[in-house]
This record gives sequence, C-alpha cells and structure tokens, in this order.
Amino acid sequence: MARFLFHRFWQSVVLLFIVSLIGFVVLNMIPGGPLSQFALDASMTQEDVDRIARQLGLDRPLLFRYFDWSWKLVQGDWGTSFRDGTPVLHVIGRHLPATLLLMGTSTVISFVLGAWIGIRGATHRYSGFDYAATIGAMVALSIPTFWFGLVGIYIFSLKLGWLPAGNMYTIGDQSLLNYLHHLILPSLVLSLVTVATWSRYIRTAVLDVISQDFIKTARAKGVSERRVLMRHVVGNALLPIIALAGMQVPALLGGALVTETVFTWPGMGRLFLDSLGYSDYPVVMGLLMLSAILTLIGNLLADIVIAVVDPRVRLS
Amino acid sequence: MTRRSALKLLGLAGTASIFAPHLLGKPAFAKPAEPTGRIVVGLSQEPTVFNPLMAKIEVDDGIHFSVFDALFRVMPDGKFVPNLAAEVPTVENGGLSQDGLQWRVKLREGVKWHDGRPFTAEDVKFTLELIVDPAFRSWRTAGHNLVRDITVVSPTEITWRMSQPFAPYMSFLAETFIVPKHVLEPESDRNKAAFNQAPIGTGAFKWGRRVAGDHIELVANREYHGEGPYVDRLIFKYIPDLMVLYAQFKSGDIDLVGRQYITADNYQEAKTLKGRETVLQPSPMVEGIYLNQERPFFKERAVREAIYAAIDKKSIIDALYYGLPEPVESYMPRGSVYYNHDLPKHEFNIQKAAKLLDEAGWKKGSDGIRVKDGVRLSFNNSTTSGNHLREQAQQFIQQTLREAGVEMKISNLPAAVIWGDFWTLSQFDSVIVGINYLVGSDPDVYNRFHSGAIRAKGGRGSNTAQYSNPEVDKLLEEGARTFDQARRIEIYKQVQARVREDLPYLPMFSENVVRGWKSDIKEVESNSNTRTEAWNAAAWYREA
Repeated sequence: MARFLFHRFWQSVVLLFIVSLIGFVVLNMIPGGPLSQFALDASMTQEDVDRIARQLGLDRPLLFRYFDWSWKLVQGDWGTSFRDGTPVLHVIGRHLPATLLLMGTSTVISFVLGAWIGIRGATHRYSGFDYAATIGAMVALSIPTFWFGLVGIYIFSLKLGWLPAGNMYTIGDQSLLNYLHHLILPSLVLSLVTVATWSRYIRTAVLDVISQDFIKTARAKGVSERRVLMRHVVGNALLPIIALAGMQVPALLGGALVTETVFTWPGMGRLFLDSLGYSDYPVVMGLLMLSAILTLIGNLLADIVIAVVDPRVRLS
Repeated sequence: MTRRSALKLLGLAGTASIFAPHLLGKPAFAKPAEPTGRIVVGLSQEPTVFNPLMAKIEVDDGIHFSVFDALFRVMPDGKFVPNLAAEVPTVENGGLSQDGLQWRVKLREGVKWHDGRPFTAEDVKFTLELIVDPAFRSWRTAGHNLVRDITVVSPTEITWRMSQPFAPYMSFLAETFIVPKHVLEPESDRNKAAFNQAPIGTGAFKWGRRVAGDHIELVANREYHGEGPYVDRLIFKYIPDLMVLYAQFKSGDIDLVGRQYITADNYQEAKTLKGRETVLQPSPMVEGIYLNQERPFFKERAVREAIYAAIDKKSIIDALYYGLPEPVESYMPRGSVYYNHDLPKHEFNIQKAAKLLDEAGWKKGSDGIRVKDGVRLSFNNSTTSGNHLREQAQQFIQQTLREAGVEMKISNLPAAVIWGDFWTLSQFDSVIVGINYLVGSDPDVYNRFHSGAIRAKGGRGSNTAQYSNPEVDKLLEEGARTFDQARRIEIYKQVQARVREDLPYLPMFSENVVRGWKSDIKEVESNSNTRTEAWNAAAWYREA
C-alpha cells in the first residue's frame, strides 16, 4: 500500500505539472485577455491600457510568468484575482459553500433515486416500471438542463408561484426554511440527468450480478429474496459504481455551469464562467488546478476503496 | 344663514378637505422622514471594483455613485451642479482663470466620511495625486496628468494649475470620486488595501457587505450632506443571464432592472406588466459602419454617400430590432445639449446610389460589380461573430448594396480578436460597431476624429477610420481649449455637420434601452451623461 501511494503521489505531481503548463499556455494564447474589456471604452488611452498591463505583470514573457506563478503556487500563494484584487483561494472559498450545498443535495437525491430506480428496474425487468424508467432516462439525457431549468421556473415560479425563480435565498431572510425553499428546484433539475445516468449504470450492474451462479446458490440455500438482494446483489453491484463515484468528486466541487446560471446560484461553475469571460487568469488557473487535484484525489480514493472492498483486486 | 345652508357648506368643506392635499400638489408626507425599506437592483454583470479610482467597467459605477461623491455632479440636461464642491468654478465667480489654467475650488463644509472623520481639501489633493501615481492601478489618467501644483489653501479651499487648458476636465471631475486620505495614505500598497473590499466614502450609502458572485448590500448614510437617502438598504444583485433577469423582474424578486436592461424582444410584454413601469431610454451608444478611409474605394466621398443611400435603415430597425432604436445622423447622444438637429436626413434610394456611382466613374462590370481604374468596388465588412442581430443586418445591407453594384463580403471575428489590433490599428475594410463617442458628458471627440488620433499612422487615439479633415482638426483643437459653453455648442455642432458631410462612418441608429422598475419606486430618472442607472439612488423612494 505504501509503495502504491508513493508511486501515485509522484505520478500525480508530474500530471499536475503538465496540466498546469498546458492550461497556462493555452489560456494566455487566447486572443483578448484582461485588457480587452477596456478596448471600446473611449476614456482609456493606449497609455492607460499599457500601464495596466505592466502593473498586472502581463508584459513579461510567457514562460517567465508560468514559472513565477507555479513557484508561488507550490508555496501556497495562488495569486490574486485581476478583477477584485482578492487572493484566488479566498475567491474560490467564497463560492465553495454554495456549490457544495447544491451539488451535495443533488448528488444525494440522484444517488438515492438512481439506485432505487436502477435496482427496481433490474429486478422487475421488462415491467411497465422498467420501460417507463428507460424512456424517462433517455428523455432526461437528451434534453439540455437549461431547458428543464427554464421550464421549471416558468411553471413553478411564474405560473404557480410555488417556488422562487432562482437565487440561494431571499435577501434579508436567511432562515433554513428559506434556503430549503430555494434549493428544491435547482437541485431537482440538476439531479435529473444524474438520476438517468446512475439508474442505467446501476441497472446494468445489478443485472450483471443477479445472473451469477452464487446468487442462484444463495436462493437455493433458502435465503430470503430480500436478503439476497440487499446483502449479495447490491453489495457486489456497487463495486463498479464506486469507481464512477470517485470520478464524480471533481464535479461535486466544480459546480454546474448551466444550472447555476439559470438559477442564479453563486457557485463555482458560475465563477469559472465569469472568470473566463473577464479573462481573470489567476482565478481560471486556480480553478483548473483545483479541478485537476480533485480528479486525481477522487480517482485515488476510488482505487483504494475498491482495493479494500474487493478481495480480487490487488494494488500494485 | 339657515341651518340647511350651513350644513351644505360644512358638507362642501368636508369633501374639499379630502381632496385639498392633492390639489396643493404632492402630499408632503410622500417621502419618508427616515430611510426605510429597500430596493433591489438586478445587474447582468458583477461589480467587482470598489475603489472608484481603480481600473473598472461601467457596471461598477452604480456602487461608486452611491458610496462616494465627486466634486460635481452632471445632470441629465448636461448642467454641472456642485456636490462636494460648494459651487461650480467658472470664470465669472473666479473659480477659473480666463485662460482656463488656474482652478480654485471651494468645498462644502461639514461633510463627514462614513467613519465620522471630516472631509477636507487634503482628501481632494490626495485623490488627484493618487490617480497619477505610477504604482497605482488607476482607471484613466487623461486630464489628471495635466494637473500641477495642487495647493490646499484651507480645509475648504483647494487650487491647482493645468499645464494646458483642457475643457473636458470639468466632466472628468464629475466622474472622479474623492477617496479618504486618512484611510488610504497609510497603506504601503494602495492596490491591495483593505479599503478596496470595504470602501469608505462620503456618499448617501455606506458599504454594507458583499456576497461574492451574488449581491452587494449598501446601507443608508443617515448623516448624508445632500438630499436623501430615502431607502434603508440598496442591494445590487448579480443575475448573469438576461432572460433570467427579466423573469426575476416579472416575479418581483428584483425591484429595478439595471445593465444590460430588458432585451428588445421582451419590450412589448414588459409594457403590459401590472405594477411595473417600463420606459425606453435613449442610450448614448450609436451604431454605425466604420469605413477605412485608406482603402482606395473609400477615398471618394461619392462612394461613401452612395453606400449610405443604399442602406435600408428603416427595415433593419423595424424587422431586426423590433423598431426600438432611433435612426440618427450624428454620433452625439440625442439628449445632449450639443446635439445638432439640422443634419441632412438619410434617404434609402438605390437609384440615387447608382447615379452617384455612375457620375463618379464607377461602371458596372460584367458581374454586376462596379469597377473604376481596375479597382473593383468590393470590400469586407466585419463585426462580432455571434451577435446574431448584427449578422442579420449585414445580410440586409449586403443585398441592397448588391443592387447598386457594390459587393460587400461578410467576414466576422470573435470579440476578443476583432476589437484588438484589427480595430485599433485600422486593419479592417469596414466594421459595424456600436460606440459611445463621449467621454463622460463632454462633447470633445478629439480622440475619435482628429487626424493626430490615428494609431495606424503613429498617432494616439481611437480614430480607427483614419479620418482626416484639417477643418475638423482645428475645430476640435479649439473646442478642447474653450470653456464658454455657448461657443462650444457652436463648435461641436459644426464638427457634427462636417463629419456628416464627409461620412467617414455611416451612422445607423441610436439605441434605446428598455428600463423597468416597480411602480412604487419614485424619482427614477435616466441620465445619459452617466454610465449607470443608479446615478441618483439617493433620491429614490418607495411610495407607501
């Protein structure tokens, strides 16, 4: 285990270095940049724009800037935002709770619902429920999230007035009930696609396990159907799911760009979109690195958990 | 007097007294005695710069106008009124010398910063010096870099000298917010001061708090030296999607729609909403087609006039823009006192265009495109790709131009590319662009039309059409040196007339933005001399 971790650690470092280099170079090569917002502003003279470029350190050569940035990064200084001058880690930290709330809720919903639909569909194969679930999954996967979001707002907010039209809370009222009220629509809309995906995966995994010999043996031994299901089937079916769950970790903190925009949710997805729009390089790079690190950690955790849980797997 | 007539009189008096307050005008109790309630302004861009002297974009202005004051304020009619200054300096009252070089500004007494300390001339001196400090990431320095010898005569009087007369400086000062010396001077790096995240000003609203990416809350300053404020909380909410912004306006989650306002396709519906005011406000943005004067075919005025005559402005406005914009002949905002109403009106006439081109010697070739001296009248037209309204307009124009024998090819570029060197160094043939020609409210367009402002020729400025007219050059130079408004009005009207004659760019229309707010909010006024809808938030109040 220790050797495994050691190797993985160094692999990750090399990977992060490559990712950061590519990201940094590509980002800076995109035409535009943090100064393009001043291009059409008649009050700014070219001298003003050049001066600001110098003050932001953008007049130095690209590789020099990369090494300056990455050296500071490993020491814990992720830089400051071009837009409001606050440290990048603070900027990210401010948007993290909103994302965790939304993604956490929708992940829980989608996992519980997805598992239930998947297992039920597998055990009652070809029933009406199974067909309905399959078609529903296709629909949910084909239709874009923002459409669902806007339709949801239209029906439940503008027409029926049951739910708010967006935002995390009503300004002035930050009670728990208010938060929950605002959480309903965005988390349901967001979980729609994930429910569809999870239910398909779980259905397939369960079907896979149910047809195995040891399940037949358990039944033959007289184990109750429920116990067969809960103890033997689901446990084994969940193994591949764990690997997928590990890959979900970056998404958990990466936020959902489209849903956050439609529901005016101040999360990480929107931060990413806004920072790209304003070419706020330090924040974009910070988010990129965060996402890369989380992906690596997520995969690592998934590998470790599977190794611990599945006796067939040996970590090399 | 009989009992009956007495009763009748009493009855009349009683009824009259019910209506009397309304007969006398608005009841005095309409404006609250104490700031109450709140107003939520929805914005589709997020304000992130809270130090008003640092590099910023338009949406940041809403916060600055509320938290800070400038020396003067510019009203919708273009007049300057004193704000932190006690009076507007003029030659008559001795505030300005005859040659416009010496300035003496008297300041208002008894003004306090939000932290209770008194506002003095030292703060003004500090502000003006900070702007030109090379280590400070300031916004624009034009005008401020001409200021010399700032002297604090007394806590309420300050003087300085300009190294050259610069008339637009008055309007620049109306946008230069004063910052507190006692808070910023001790900071070693003003760019990273705590002040930048929790500003302290003299304005009608104090800084409340910021929830990054979501909203900014301002609280009423009960010791404000000017009128108001009448609301207790002013909140700027960030809603990035314009469709969602409108939906939240409809649902009532926001009280007033800020930039980028309501989209044109929602105007008709917005007008019918109950409890909402929806108005069209002229925007200072003028949409036009820039023609690169250094291209061989654009050198002849006849060609430019012909192309102008072959554009069906009305159809484009009605079919594509829902009829909202106003066709114009001038770059000056319609509401400005400098606007020239007497410019020749555009006429869509393809025969006239054809005639102009024939007379200028451009004969139709075998492919229907005109040729002269081996040069085909064929050019590229570019705009921001993805701007589907402009892309459709291009197709309209391409069609009508073809009928006149002119070939216009469409070649669009992404925003970041087109507004880079392609625009600033005049590498284009022609561009469709929306520009606000004025800086602040000042009519000085030296930057846009003077021959010294052509960067492609080594000059400094934004004269990207490479327009050069010595008469206009002289007028612009005089206008920047003259402080007499009557003379300036004459000068700039002439500039508009010359530019309209020469047509270095073809004026299309002036935009109208669709503004909306809840009907119980009063004193909401548009001011095209500022860049924000919240320029007078101190005067807003909600009718009970």
